[in-house]
Amino acid sequence: MKQPNDFSFGEEASLLKDSARKFFAEHLPVESLHRLVAADHNPDRAPEVLWRADLWQQMVELGWTMLAVPERSGGLGMPLVAVAGLVEELGRAAFPCPLLGTLNVSYILAAAGEGADAALQEIIAGKAAALAMTNRHGDWELEHTELRYKAGKLNGSAWFVQDAAKVDYLLAVAQTDSGYGLYWVAADSEGVTLTQDAIVDLTRDQAHISFDNVAAQEISGKALSALTQAFPAIWTLLAADIVGAAEWQLQTTVEYVSTRQQFDRPLGFFQAVKHPLVNVMLKTDQAKSLVYNAACAYDCEPAAAAKYAHMALASASDLAGFASSRSVQYHGGIGFTWECFVHLYFKRQKHSQALWGDASWHRARMAEIVFA
Amino acid sequence: MSESSRNDTAEQAEFRQYCREWLAENKPSDPPVRLPQSALEIMTEPQLEYLQAWQKSAYEAGLVGCDYPKEVGGGGRKDCQRVANAEMIAARTPFLPNVIGLGMAAPTVFYHARDELKQRLLPRLFSGEDIWCQGFSEPGAGSDLASVQTFAERKGDKWLINGHKVWTSLAHFAEWMIILLRTDKSHKYDGLSYFVVPIRSALGKGVTVRPLIKITGETGFNEVIFEDLEVDDSYRLDELGKGWQVAMTTLLHERGAGELQSPRSGGMRSKSSHQISTSTLIDLARNTRRGEGVAADDPLLRDKIMEQMIYEKGFEQNQRRNRVQALTDHPMRLALQNKLLASENAQQISELAMEIAGAGSSLYLSDENAPAGGQWPLSYMNSFGMTIAAGTSEVQRNILGERVLGMPKSK
Ligand SMILES: Cc1cc2nc3c(=O)[nH]c(=O)nc-3n(C[C@H](O)[C@H](O)[C@H](O)COP(=O)(O)OP(=O)(O)OC[C@H]3O[C@@H](n4cnc5c(N)ncnc54)[C@H](O)[C@@H]3O)c2cc1C
Repeated sequence: MKQPNDFSFGEEASLLKDSARKFFAEHLPVESLHRLVAADHNPDRAPEVLWRADLWQQMVELGWTMLAVPERSGGLGMPLVAVAGLVEELGRAAFPCPLLGTLNVSYILAAAGEGADAALQEIIAGKAAALAMTNRHGDWELEHTELRYKAGKLNGSAWFVQDAAKVDYLLAVAQTDSGYGLYWVAADSEGVTLTQDAIVDLTRDQAHISFDNVAAQEISGKALSALTQAFPAIWTLLAADIVGAAEWQLQTTVEYVSTRQQFDRPLGFFQAVKHPLVNVMLKTDQAKSLVYNAACAYDCEPAAAAKYAHMALASASDLAGFASSRSVQYHGGIGFTWECFVHLYFKRQKHSQALWGDASWHRARMAEIVFA
Repeated sequence: MSESSRNDTAEQAEFRQYCREWLAENKPSDPPVRLPQSALEIMTEPQLEYLQAWQKSAYEAGLVGCDYPKEVGGGGRKDCQRVANAEMIAARTPFLPNVIGLGMAAPTVFYHARDELKQRLLPRLFSGEDIWCQGFSEPGAGSDLASVQTFAERKGDKWLINGHKVWTSLAHFAEWMIILLRTDKSHKYDGLSYFVVPIRSALGKGVTVRPLIKITGETGFNEVIFEDLEVDDSYRLDELGKGWQVAMTTLLHERGAGELQSPRSGGMRSKSSHQISTSTLIDLARNTRRGEGVAADDPLLRDKIMEQMIYEKGFEQNQRRNRVQALTDHPMRLALQNKLLASENAQQISELAMEIAGAGSSLYLSDENAPAGGQWPLSYMNSFGMTIAAGTSEVQRNILGERVLGMPKSK
């Protein structure tokens, strides 16, 4: 199959992206976000879960959480390009919520066959979910889980679980006697113990979760094929979040250096400032184009989806680091403070940069495909 | 260290031996509280007290201020501070808290103050009993330092100071401030004068210190407001209108390019302190699991770490070569690179550490599973303090391009 020239980014996708942008700008502009998540600056503070559950409810009512649930299961089954547009806006707003996790889980469930239908119904009913699969070393290989499933019970632990404290369900990836399986577990099940991590990012929460003889519903005994199919979407959406956040960093920094004067000139007059910011733009644009290419491939060129998703996230992960460092540096002293909003995005981007594999990891996986 | 005892003069050799013996006996025990990564992030009294006690004992033993003359409280030695620094760092001592005092105020006061003032101020500065801060930057004057507006108005042999300084590190503990003031509004550079002002004793009486919070969540720098603070003319350094020239002495020393080597200790490794160097990076790579092995086996990371080691070594060897006249063509070419290279080295090492730690780099100080106790994301964030403070990296490159390479001045 060939990709259409317009990425299939149609009117519906465009409307969704616009309405998301308006929703975030109206309900949680950056000043409000800062008040919400950055009230306590103490570097030794205990982890807290700071978000607006009421806004999340509105997002659920808008149907955003079931965008990735296939139509055959009663969801909206929107193409990934449309979902990527929404997530780009989520990143631009650095919005704290379990949307990414819920979408990620939806893609895996959608690829997991009939056994996933009950779980998909929960998502349609507005429940949020997170993926519990990464081991304590933060290893991004799909089969390096520490969880074990035997005789109806889950044991072991999952680490770096994103937005874990905001969700109703966990989708656990566990090893079985015959391979890997997917398991649907209510977050408040008996035997599930969630420990909040103290993280740098103020716009997310993260946890490690131990499973002690947890009764779990098996969704599929063939996790790896579902994960392999779904992960290009997961990588693409994280890249979209990074691109949106980078665009905010770019615009905010450009605005600052166009107004702040030193040596009787706006800072942006100096090429040491101007050229690297243009480079941020070049990298943002490439990453953004690669995101929509990867999303469109997921929708209509599945054979190329993994390769293009690796390209998108490798490029976005590098962008996250570069755009963050430049945004702080060109704000000078003010950019080094807690009161300047730049740090919210800096921290979100540094978190995203390492999530689901960094740029080198994605290039290595991509090389395996290219040189196969 | 590149420091080689083989090349010591007789005085240095004897002093080195003395330092070693003294340090073996007197290195302080681990701190009772978690220490920040550098003196610029000291937040609490207990942190300060512990570090002040260390500085005082090191000073009394003769390891701090050793190259200053005895009359001003120094050790009267020749080129021995380097020796003490190397030995203190090798012995893994805590850092010295009065960094602004030792690194910037001391040489400035020494070269530009009247004798009487030197004798009064320097001993308590060396001992760390008086903490010092630097009041240069203002909201409107950062990179363009010469545009400072804080004004000193003459009233007989007194001056009345009004204005607003910002980003003032350690002002919350400081007795004294070195300050760049405008005494004449009609000349940008020649309208500047340089003073030392007692600020702690004037708190609430013309001086207000308000803490600012850093990107890391730490405190350590402040804004300082002056409202009709009266200071004596005897606190002026050098002549009226010569403030810019005096400030150059401060800046040169701040950037590690001055005549006088500033006292430096550090290297302490305990749960509560952390070294930003390629050797700690290597430790991290050895201890971070990657797939079936460790990060140190990953050829990509090995390449990056080697690249960083080469950078760090090159920086260190620059400092060595800088002391060999036959191998340096331009007197300031290497010295003026110090600040730029040191700060970018710290930034690159910390960034690479976060890459090595991977998902673990998301974890911060109070997380018990955080690699190195969460110090790497902290040092990465703090490294922007280094590439911004004391002349940003962009300003450093302008200086090198213009003063060393002679390219046309941008402004
Ligand atoms: C942690 C920390 C501690 C500090 N401690 C002190 C202290 O104790 N005492 C004190 O007086 N000050 C202190 N400072 C202030 C510091 O010296 C200033 O922040 C610095 O000089 C930059 O000034 P600014 O913040 O106004 O940034 P700006 O000058 O507004 O610069 C913003 C950006 O523009 C760039 N830029 C500006 N001019 C040019 C140019 N001509 N060419 C190219 N690029 C340019 C800069 O490089 C920077 O990236 C501290 C700062 C920090 C971050």
